Amino acid sequence: MSDPRWSEALAHLPDYLGNHVRVSVAALALGLLISLPLAIIARNRPVLRGALLGLASIVQTVPGLALLALFYPLLLALAALTAAWLGFSFSAFGFLPAVLALALYSMLPVLRNTITGLSGVDPAVLEAAQGVGMTPRQSLMMVELPLALPVMMAGIRTAAVWVIGTATLSTPIGQTSLGNYIFAGLQTQNWVFVLFGCFAAAVLALVVDQLLALIENGLRNRSRVRTALGGLGIAALIAATLVPAFAHPQARYVVGAKTFTEQYVLSALLAQRLQAAGLPTTTRAGLGSNVIFDALAAGDIDVYVDYSGTLWANQFHHSDIRPRAELLSELKTTLGKQDITLFGELGFENAYALVMPKSRADQLGIHTIADLASHAATMSIAGDYEFFSRPEWAGIQKAYGLSFRAQRTMQPDFMYAAVASGEIDVIAGYTSDGLIAKYGLVTLADDRHAIPPYDAIVLLSPKRRDDEALKAALRPLLGKIDIAAMREANLRASGNDASSSPDAVARWLWEKVGPR
Amino acid sequence: MPATPLIAYAHVGKSFDNGRVVAVDDVSLDVAEGEFLAVVGGSGSGKTTLLRLANRLIEADRGRISVEGEDVSRIDPILLRRRIGYVFQSGGLFPHLSVAGNIGITPRLLGWPQAEIAARVDELLDLVRLDRSQYRDRLPHELSGGQRQRVGVARALAAKPRIVLMDEPFGALDPLTRDALGDDYRTLHRELGLTTVMITHDMTEALLLADRVAVMHGGRLLALGTAAELAVSTDAYVGELLRTPRRQAERLGALLPRDATA
Repeated sequence: MSDPRWSEALAHLPDYLGNHVRVSVAALALGLLISLPLAIIARNRPVLRGALLGLASIVQTVPGLALLALFYPLLLALAALTAAWLGFSFSAFGFLPAVLALALYSMLPVLRNTITGLSGVDPAVLEAAQGVGMTPRQSLMMVELPLALPVMMAGIRTAAVWVIGTATLSTPIGQTSLGNYIFAGLQTQNWVFVLFGCFAAAVLALVVDQLLALIENGLRNRSRVRTALGGLGIAALIAATLVPAFAHPQARYVVGAKTFTEQYVLSALLAQRLQAAGLPTTTRAGLGSNVIFDALAAGDIDVYVDYSGTLWANQFHHSDIRPRAELLSELKTTLGKQDITLFGELGFENAYALVMPKSRADQLGIHTIADLASHAATMSIAGDYEFFSRPEWAGIQKAYGLSFRAQRTMQPDFMYAAVASGEIDVIAGYTSDGLIAKYGLVTLADDRHAIPPYDAIVLLSPKRRDDEALKAALRPLLGKIDIAAMREANLRASGNDASSSPDAVARWLWEKVGPR
Repeated sequence: MPATPLIAYAHVGKSFDNGRVVAVDDVSLDVAEGEFLAVVGGSGSGKTTLLRLANRLIEADRGRISVEGEDVSRIDPILLRRRIGYVFQSGGLFPHLSVAGNIGITPRLLGWPQAEIAARVDELLDLVRLDRSQYRDRLPHELSGGQRQRVGVARALAAKPRIVLMDEPFGALDPLTRDALGDDYRTLHRELGLTTVMITHDMTEALLLADRVAVMHGGRLLALGTAAELAVSTDAYVGELLRTPRRQAERLGALLPRDATA
């Protein structure tokens, strides 16, 4: 407990937990609002019932992360439509897509249990309800729903636990949640954060489950006290999570970060510079790289660091490779058309590079990617989640005629250890990664220039185009971070101790590169 | 028999499964005010269907049914059911409601004031001979079969109906309870001036409780009359149904001679 990372984790708790509760409760409420009437309508309609349960089951088979990620572009398109036709737009970032996806996710247990519960009511009792003169509605409200309640509540409780668990995956689409601990912890090897996030989510799920059990118990035994206590507990939980949101003034600047170590460090650095300049700032870390650019364009975040080659190939779908300076100026023009400011380069490149152990490379006489071609057929390669679907991988394969025996996708932080241990022969690493030096690896030269340049660049959202205060705060960073500094920062951040938190590393980096 | 019957079936027919199963076939039958009619028949004879046509739990295909002089097809079925008491086989109580909640259900649907419902519940518990304070708040699963059926009868009587329909009300009870309950109900029927139609498969019970007995077989009304009238029927099925009570009566008469000392 003396580890400062515990207190750092604790300091984030009101924000992360509050957001987590808000998004979970909203999603569950929406899910119930949709599922309960649907289940009631479908209970006597076998075709509709089958269709609903089938649909809900299909939704359930979509991995939570994918479901959440799918809602972002969907809402973005919808927001563009409403802006064009109805004259208003909404943020497709964070809360809304998370709530919608999680609500959809909560539907199966609620639908299934409500339908099962209602169809499990003894027909003799239904007949009696009719016989004493109840309307179908009265029969539903006074007899069927009360009798189905235990089964329905079991479904609602399952849904609540699912939603609270899955809500940790809403971090990459910009919704702050307890998943922020987990994503940041996994990326920066901060196991304290990972454990803290998992534990907090589990405790929250248990507490909500027990409160719902109390309500169920109260309803079943017609105990107003227990029902009220359970309801009060839920209400208190929601109220408690709303307090910090009201107490703290809304931060005006939002710094975005993708899901890898360097991004956590750089976003911390940007945030520290803005705060030092007296600009209230918050960080949205762990955003999916498909989400973050759109979030900037939509003004959901104000500033983040991207890489020239990433934008060139992925965002603007160019397959040709340009020299560094030419690509930057072209990019600046293209971004300008979307009213996005390419504020400047930080000074280092984080390009993809094919990496292998130095000893092995020397032994085989491999110094360039071209040298690799004759060995590739017997070798395996690993890359991050995006690499093999990126256009430059196709470019590299084409330029050098590479064809590997096996191809694997890995969490970037585990990739280096895997190649160092010989489990994998070659990895698609990052030039700025500190682990290259740590593990005695070597990057293979790209003689044929198949890999585009990847200058780290600072992008500003349209509404910050003329924000001089922001620009003044960030200007001292431009051109100041060289590859050596960034490698060392990344290496520090991948350590597993107190000085390896992104904030601490960002302070170290500022000490090193800032004006003296 | 009075001129206007309280329940009147005229050429009533009902079939299920698109006409493949004929449950009730051209039945005409009048039930006079204050009469206790038992409908006897085996399973599949159509007796339960006949009963349910009266409060429109089942809709008739053909013919006309009137209750208190009104054609039931012109009455809102919900309102019709609220003014006819109905006792279900083995109670049909709502398992999540207390005894008081079950008994007071129809008055509650009719919007009676709370206090009036509570008073009526107590009055009915007395009528069906259940101790007020002991049973009012119990749940159905805490009652014996006989007690449950007493609550069922109380529930049927709650909204002060003139007509009570009973669907094999005592069928699942042990003989002693059944006898006691039958007698108690017969008394209520007389004292409250009810008109009762009771379904049973037990001819002995029908003969002992009812003023008249209707015999159903294959959806048709085979015979209708008092015990004495049925006794002279030439119908083979009616004769068969009467054989059991007759034999029982003869044997009991022999076993328990009137002048024997206990």
